[in-house]
Amino acid sequence: MKIMPCPLNGPRNIQEFICRGEVRIPPAADASAEAWAEYLFYRENKAGIVREWWCHLPTTFWFIAERDTRTDEIIRTYTFDALDESGSGR
Amino acid sequence: MPLRLLRFGLGLARPDTRILPLPQELKPHYDVVIVGGGGHGLAAAYYLARQHGITNVAVLDKGYIGGGNTGRNTAIVRSNYLTDDGVRFYAESMRLYQTLSDELDINLMYSQRGHLTLAHTDASIRTMRWRAEVNKHLGVASELIGPDEIARICPQLNLSRAVRYPILGALSHPVGATVRHDAVAWGYARAAGRLGVAIHQGTEVVGFAIEGGRITAVETTRGRIGCGKVLIAVAGRSSLVCDMAGFRLPIRTVPLQACVSQPVKRFLDPIIVSGSLHCYIWQSQRGELVMGGATDPYPLYSTRSTLDFKEGLMAHMLELLPFLGEVKIMRQWAGLSDMTPDFAPVMGKTPLSNCYLTAGWGTWGFKATPASGKAMAACVADDRPPELIAPFRLDRFRELDQLGEAGAASVGH
Ligand SMILES: Cc1cc2nc3c(=O)[nH]c(=O)nc-3n(C[C@H](O)[C@H](O)[C@H](O)COP(=O)(O)OP(=O)(O)OC[C@H]3O[C@@H](n4cnc5c(N)ncnc54)[C@H](O)[C@@H]3O)c2cc1C
Repeated sequence: MKIMPCPLNGPRNIQEFICRGEVRIPPAADASAEAWAEYLFYRENKAGIVREWWCHLPTTFWFIAERDTRTDEIIRTYTFDALDESGSGR
Repeated sequence: MPLRLLRFGLGLARPDTRILPLPQELKPHYDVVIVGGGGHGLAAAYYLARQHGITNVAVLDKGYIGGGNTGRNTAIVRSNYLTDDGVRFYAESMRLYQTLSDELDINLMYSQRGHLTLAHTDASIRTMRWRAEVNKHLGVASELIGPDEIARICPQLNLSRAVRYPILGALSHPVGATVRHDAVAWGYARAAGRLGVAIHQGTEVVGFAIEGGRITAVETTRGRIGCGKVLIAVAGRSSLVCDMAGFRLPIRTVPLQACVSQPVKRFLDPIIVSGSLHCYIWQSQRGELVMGGATDPYPLYSTRSTLDFKEGLMAHMLELLPFLGEVKIMRQWAGLSDMTPDFAPVMGKTPLSNCYLTAGWGTWGFKATPASGKAMAACVADDRPPELIAPFRLDRFRELDQLGEAGAASVGH
């Protein structure tokens, strides 16, 4: 069983979670259709450390996880405010 | 024939037949460099040489040919897709497959077994009726059938209503088949090699030299090669290779796992797929049960195996074929699938003027190998995609003109 350390619920079976993809800044509401298409469909799809949105489904708790996509290691998880504080750029 | 066989058997000469020519040095320049020696890259090389007379071609693979998804897939070929463009394309690919053993002079073990996609919900019955109508309209054998007909085609299936998801119907595709996947790579490689194509295994592409919007040279782990044109055909690593060429893709790389059981006496003829239960199964010529499901739940560049996959798969499989509880799993593996948002591939031109791409083959691209190879060879030779693949252009995402194949490709590969 693979374990995801959830910032709210502690270590849980990863099957309780859903991965919702790379953390990115959405375009402005009045951005061009092309900018929206880019945001919706195109991905970095990096081999390395990625920062993603995850959700713990039973509690619908959303948070951020950093994973290494080469090794399947979860490096750290934190809440959205911590992302803001770390200033690490969304 | 018997006399020749006898003479061969008694004779001492055993000709040393090689499938590929001995490894060669890289030449300083090729007219076309193909990155990726899977089925798609090798097929394109073969058709470039065969149909377009372009033979100064190199296929580069970082590992060995067919060592990617071409040698890892579960070998199912079918054409009962959902969109007109998809059905037309996959039907053409099956047409090419049917005579490919002769053309390449290698036994691809093309075996037509019939393909059943089970429906357990009203929603899937609706999608299947839709698929059947699109398919028939385009001349592809495809029919929505009920439980009686399912029982006739596959009496082994558990059609009881006393299960969590009873079988309500199925999309029957009598021409669904399996093809020996590694033979496809070897067959195309040998035929391309005989026409003069160079196949360099153990040669990884690590960068591109780009000038004025075109690739002038390809950097590899064995040195730099000049190139006229470049075709990228690297499946799960498409985003990484295209990143070296300076453009992004609408692709996520997600593992797809599969497994086979110990061999058992032949009992199962058709290929059985259940989208709602996330599983599929067929029995190989060796008696092994070949089984798989949907992709892993998150993106990854690792081909590790998980217990979650096996647990999820078996829980559902036992509902369909309860006696499988007696059978042991023998092997399991994974491949890296290049998933697009609309479950349709990307074929054609790229933002660089002499660079072409065949990607987004996800969990469904083995059946497409001949048609993609042939169409991409034409696209590279003429610098224009043939009509058959025009709808699959990369720009469709920016133009909000997607192809919507999820209903036909998310579990049944
Ligand atoms: C478990 C599983 C089951 C599947 N089942 C089916 C099925 O039943 N039916 C179906 O139609 N499809 C199926 N598929 C999908 C199918 O296997 C693929 O879509 C198809 O084989 C892709 O072929 P390809 O030639 O594009 O890629 P590959 O065969 O993966 O070839 C790409 C090659 O590129 C090489 N490469 C990568 N990066 C570089 C680099 N930088 N430099 C040089 N070389 C590089 C790799 O080594 C690899 O050999 C399945 C896939 C998997 C993983």
